[in-house]
Formats: sequence, C-alpha cells, structure tokens
Amino acid sequence: MSILVDKNTRLVVQGITGGEGSFHAKQMMEYGTNVVAGVVPGKGGQKFEDKVPVFDAVAEAVRKEGANVSVVFVPPAFAADAIMEAADAGIALVVCITEGIPVMDMLNVANYLKTRSTRLIGPNCPGIISPGKCKIGIMPGFIHKEGNVGVISRSGTLTYEAVKQLSDLGVGQSTCIGIGGDPIIGTTFTDALKLFKDDPETKGVVLIGEIGGTAEQEAAAYIKENFDRPVVAFVAGRTAPPGRRMGHAGAIISGSEGTAQEKIEILQNAGVHVAESPAVIGATMKKLLK
Amino acid sequence: MKIHEYQAKEILKKFGVAVPRGSLATTAAEAKKIAAELGGTVVVKAQIHAGGRGKGGGVKLAKSPEEAEKIAKAMLGMKLVTHQTGPQGKEVHQVLVEEGLAIERELYLGIVLDRAKKQLVFMASTEGGVEIEKVAAETPEKILKEYIDPAVGFQPFQARKLAFGLGLKGDQVKNALKFFAALYRAYVQSDCSLAEINPLVVTKDGQVLALDAKINFDDNALFRHPDFVPLRDVNEEEPLEVEASKYNLNYIKLDGEVGCMVNGAGLAMATMDMIKLAGSAPANFLDVGGGANPETVENGFKILLSDKNVKGVLINIFGGIVRCDRVAKGVIEAAGKMKINVPVVVRLEGTNAEEAAQLLEESGMAFEVGRTFEEAARKIVAAIR
Repeated sequence: MSILVDKNTRLVVQGITGGEGSFHAKQMMEYGTNVVAGVVPGKGGQKFEDKVPVFDAVAEAVRKEGANVSVVFVPPAFAADAIMEAADAGIALVVCITEGIPVMDMLNVANYLKTRSTRLIGPNCPGIISPGKCKIGIMPGFIHKEGNVGVISRSGTLTYEAVKQLSDLGVGQSTCIGIGGDPIIGTTFTDALKLFKDDPETKGVVLIGEIGGTAEQEAAAYIKENFDRPVVAFVAGRTAPPGRRMGHAGAIISGSEGTAQEKIEILQNAGVHVAESPAVIGATMKKLLK
Repeated sequence: MKIHEYQAKEILKKFGVAVPRGSLATTAAEAKKIAAELGGTVVVKAQIHAGGRGKGGGVKLAKSPEEAEKIAKAMLGMKLVTHQTGPQGKEVHQVLVEEGLAIERELYLGIVLDRAKKQLVFMASTEGGVEIEKVAAETPEKILKEYIDPAVGFQPFQARKLAFGLGLKGDQVKNALKFFAALYRAYVQSDCSLAEINPLVVTKDGQVLALDAKINFDDNALFRHPDFVPLRDVNEEEPLEVEASKYNLNYIKLDGEVGCMVNGAGLAMATMDMIKLAGSAPANFLDVGGGANPETVENGFKILLSDKNVKGVLINIFGGIVRCDRVAKGVIEAAGKMKINVPVVVRLEGTNAEEAAQLLEESGMAFEVGRTFEEAARKIVAAIR
C-alpha cells in the first residue's frame, strides 16, 4: 500500500506552463501520474501537451476535472497565494516544490491552513512518490522500487541517495516524502510517521534529518511512545559549524540547539537505529527487516 | 542577511522605535565632531557584525570630544577579537558615536520564529546584557513569551503583559508599549528573521530605548526590499564566500583540507560528514544546485582551488533529472581549462552513472572514480595522505 498519493490521485499542476512546471509535468505524466489539469491565471483554455486542459483557477480544475491533489511550481513571490488558492478550492493535498518563499508568507499560509482540511507538503521539497503508482514532484522516478519501507526526508539529493541504496538492496518503498528544508513546512516528520502508522503495509521507516530546529527530536518522542516498527535515521551535518546556514534555510545551528549530535542521541534513546554513515542507510534498514 | 548595529537602528527609528541619538564615523575627526554635537558623555562603538564587542574593547565611554577622537583613532583599523569573531578578529572600519544615557535598568527584548508552533514569538527578560541562550538554559522562568497570531498581529494586551511582567511602572510602561509595537511593525514590514534588543534600557527619566540592536533579514524576502541590498557589508564576509555568491554558488568555508563539490544541501552535508568519517576534514560546504552544468562545475573548481588549505577535491553528484554523463563532460571540460594540481575523486551516481564513470576514466585526466559514496571518501582521504 502507500500513503497520500496512489492510482486514485488526480493531479493539478499549478504553474504548468513555466520552465520547471512544464518539464516536470511531462516527467510525471511519463511516470504514469494522472495529471488531469494545469492552472496558470490568464492562460485558461489552452491545452498542455495537446491533452491536459489549462484553467485560470484551481477551483475550475476541481469542478471540471475532479482534481484532488495539487503540485505548486509557482515562483516564490506568488507561491503562498497559490497554496492558499488550492486549499480554498478544496484540494486535499498540496505539494509545494517552490524554493525561496519568504518566512512571513509561510506564517500566513500555516495560519490559513489551520482552519482547513488541506494538508501541505513542503515548500522547498522534492515532493512525494508512491513507487509504481504516482510521482508528484521532481525526484527521479527510476531509482524507486515498489515495496514496504516509508521514507521521510528534509533533503532532496540525499533522499535519492538513500532511496537508491534501498532499491539496490531489493528493499522497495511504500511512499517517499520530501518534507522540505525550510523553517516552516506543512507536514513534519511526526505527521508523516502518523500516516505511515495507519498503513499496515509499511513495515519500516527511514527518516533523513539534518541540523537545525527540533523536528527530529519531536519525531523521536512520537516514535518512543507510538511507533513500534523499525525506524532507521540519518542526521546530516555533524561537521557543520554553529551559526552558519547550510544551504537550506532550516539548516542552521543556533546556540546549542539543533546540533546533529543532540538529535542523534535523542533518536537513539527512542530506539531508532541511527546510521553512522550516509553510505549505510539502506543496509541498516535491510538488516532490520530480516 | 546580517547588518550593522547603526543600520539596524536607522531602520528601527523609521518605524518609531526609540534609539539613542548618534551618528556613524569613519575617521577620528568625524567622531570628535559628532561627540561635540551630542555634548556630554558619549559612547564609541565599533561596528562589526559579531557580538561580544564590549568585552573585546569595542565599546568605550568618552567624557569629551577629544577623548572620543582618541578612542575612535585607536578603534578604527584595529582587529577586534570577540567570542564570535574567532582568534583572527575583525577589522573595524567604522564606529557609531552615541549619546551616553543615565541607565536605570537593562532588559532583553527579542522577536524570533518558533518553527514548531509556526508563529513568531515576542520574548522579554529582566536579564538584559546577558546572552539569551544562557538565560534560557539556566533560568528559563525569567523569559516572558508572547506568541503572535499572524492573522491579527501583536496585540496591545500582549505588550502590556510583557511590560508589567518586566516590572515597569508609570511612564516607563507607556514608552515600552510604544516601543514593543514599533519593533513588531519593523520586524514584519522589513521581513526580518531575527530582531534582538539587548540590552533594552530604561533611563532614570523613564525613557525606554534600544541601547544595542541586532537585525537579520530573511534572504528569501529581499526581493521585496531592494533598499536593503546595499546594506550588505562584504568586509564582514569571507572573501571566498563573496566570490562564490557572484556565481550563485552556495559556499561556506571551513577549516579542513578536502574540498567538496556536491549537488543539494543535504547531500553536501552528508559528504562533509563522510569525509570526517574517512579520517579527514572538509574544507568547505559547496552546493552547486540541482543542475550541475559545466559552468557551475568550473566556477566551483575556481572557488575550491583558491582555498590554500585544499589538498584534494571530492565531487559527489547525484544525477536525478540531470544525466551523469553530462555532468562528467562538464567536469572534464572544466578540468581541461584549469590547472588542477591536487588529486580529484569524482563520484557520479544516478542516471547514466556507468557511462559517466567510463567517460571520466577514458578522459586521460588524473581523476579517480569512486563507485560508491564510501569508496569516494576513502579514496580522496588516501590520496592526500
């Protein structure tokens, strides 16, 4: 099985005519994702690749094509608005790929979503994939393999690295979620763990964290009390100096908080198997599944 | 983005936050003139981005314009060493000359983001002049917190809770409420990522002013504030990082000996960790982004090789949408144009990784190919030993 996205997903691509949006819309369609609509205000009436209808508004894509999931490729200055428009149109899941959205905008988005049933993944993330069923985002589809391990990650290419290790060892994935590298994100490690808990087919979870914030610590607390399937974690940034932002806006050690060592210890205390090296994430999971 | 104290105070003043009177001086003569205009005792403050200036000798009182001139003369050009600058210190190019105040109390005020609650939090403490991390660790009950609902913003009742919680009275309360509201407006409207007033001072005549001010901006929001861009002071940054930013490369200099070039921030950090595990230390963090085309690889090489500590280079690219054979061609092309006299290990994984490895091996260049993450790290560490 899988979580959040599968063969029933009807995807609308916000920003489908832009450079990134059009390239990845095609990639997703090739993978087999059911792309039912695109939205670009002012370009309603066009057809993308001669088959996908483009609308002026998300609400139209919902009404006319039954879209239930949206992916946002809109530039940073307009992305917060795009997320809220999707939520207002009743979209159940919004996946925001856009990098560089101001924190102040995301504060408003987080507040807006509080009173709605829409789930947000990202922003600044690679997206979500249920291998063999549905790919939403920018990850390379071919490295994935259908199976029973859930993957949750704050990173992009490091996730691909871990997924490839799993697939090469014959360990397939139920669903892989890139939750994003920003300070404010929609779905956290803990949120994703709760979803995997409700999926009986997911036999174990790989969690890829990094320095900064307290999301890994919160996940550890949840795992300790509520999650009894094997969890493997890796925390990137043990060699990162405090006070410097390591690429992701969220990856910064402030004061003594958010160091890799602190996160690793708390995860280990919660019974999580922490991979010492990023090269053995897959192997550590495989051993536990035997 | 970080800015200087004097710049932060100029911005805050525009929003109605009370700050001491003062001006910036880049020469001792200017400092003397400003001190004379202000009259009475003045404070001369070195303008560098690091904190802990007072203890390092970067903040001094002057009782006359002549004394201010003398202090400024000594301060300008000196290497100020604080716990945040590292032992090499930071050169002082400008000083802020401000009026001296009759201080009754020193307090702390700050606005930061609480990621887990997804809200801004206004913090105040009676422990002014102390590092707030220290207060949080030792006496957390002394930090008052008010979470801000973004829909309505910071409310007057919240400001009152903080003001009364700090033990302010009479006119002090009135002035504090005005100060707090103005600081919140400045934070939101300037897209700050941090605002810290430490210390916030209460004077003997009941004024509430920002004796020091630290503001950071959200880099992602700079497109809304073109007027902030010139506030950047490249003197405060690592020269190689300034150079890298011209090429849109995300580079941070560290003090190890293995230069690394990686696509993606998480993988870049993991690569640094891997180098450490293999027994060496990374010379930098460098994320060349998802694309990794010949141009970015060439620029990456330029930056890495200008760091004299670099004894070897590890390239670790995960080709997802980008094909590895294209990245390999880029690496070969860039290396062909440049003189590379340190060992280079390349590891390309993902789409067309085999073709890429073959291209590198047949290029005739002195690249070593690492087939796995672990092998690549081991090879580069062995090569520099």
